[in-house]
Amino acid sequence: MIKRFKSFFTRYINKLFRNKNNVKLGFYGPPNAGKTTLANKISMDWLGEEVGTVSKVPHETRMIQTKEQVKIKSGRKELTFNLIDTPGIATKIDYEDFLKFKLKSKEAKSRAKEATKGIIEAIKWLDSVDAVVIVLDSTKSPYSQVNITIVGNLAARDIPVLIVANKTDLKKASVKKVESAFPQYPVVGISADKGENMENFYKELFRIIN
Amino acid sequence: MLSFKYIPYREHSVLNTDQKLNKIFNIVRRDKIVLMQGKLKPQEEAKLIERTMGQITKDFTGISFCTVYPNGNNKKKKKKNSSVVKSATRAVGDIMYKSFMGKRDCLTIVGPANIVKDIRKNPSQIDLFING
Repeated sequence: MIKRFKSFFTRYINKLFRNKNNVKLGFYGPPNAGKTTLANKISMDWLGEEVGTVSKVPHETRMIQTKEQVKIKSGRKELTFNLIDTPGIATKIDYEDFLKFKLKSKEAKSRAKEATKGIIEAIKWLDSVDAVVIVLDSTKSPYSQVNITIVGNLAARDIPVLIVANKTDLKKASVKKVESAFPQYPVVGISADKGENMENFYKELFRIIN
Repeated sequence: MLSFKYIPYREHSVLNTDQKLNKIFNIVRRDKIVLMQGKLKPQEEAKLIERTMGQITKDFTGISFCTVYPNGNNKKKKKKNSSVVKSATRAVGDIMYKSFMGKRDCLTIVGPANIVKDIRKNPSQIDLFING
């Protein structure tokens, strides 16, 4: 009971004093959904610098990457963000999966080890973000347990969420599937790679923060 | 051969998060699939992933897990019922049902990744993919 009250009180205080002019914006989602691509796109649009490297090999981002003081404008409003790009969350990591991408055994093992640490770090960061963009690959089923766990944890912490259905430039993409999986959250379909529908993304982002 | 271990609600509801996860890992690390009545809290699910990552080796590559609801947890279906009386009746029924059964009215499946390759959940169906 005391624990619950303490948690409620902490959340309330955090919400009250959340600095809307320096929003810690986390990018969460499964591996290879396009989190870094989107963080790069935003950072390039407003700062002219990239956040991290992207790759077709899963778990390319294995450490938290941040970009501070990114000033974003949408309409007449302007907000300053700290972008926090997190490693993709997964429930299993097999180094042999990396061998399929022609990585050497030693390299694959090291990548697997770093990826496990990255996932632990990403989960710990859930307590430090002000708002979250959940990036999902809209060509894949949104009903995965990892997605549900991320959404559930953000709801429990009362953190504003925007869901991005990424890769809309691909044939198999379905924004509707993502919308029907998470009807309680705003969903915006974009292609971070091609920079499609970014205007709407920024609008929705400002809406969840305000 | 697939081996399952059922954990009834009364057995895990009295445990704290660490004890609950220890129980799950004791079974999963023996290559068995856990069928747990009820579900983990979101924070417990996050802890489950964290602890899984801390145990990954060449031989233990992680877990697959999923919570299954009997009615598919489909909120759209509820909206179709437009009658106020029916909605109110359903709301009261839901509250009573949740009070007595809510936390145990679902099943959580946790399996070692080397056995359970994937659990795919659609609103109306669960597919368990076993490594063969």
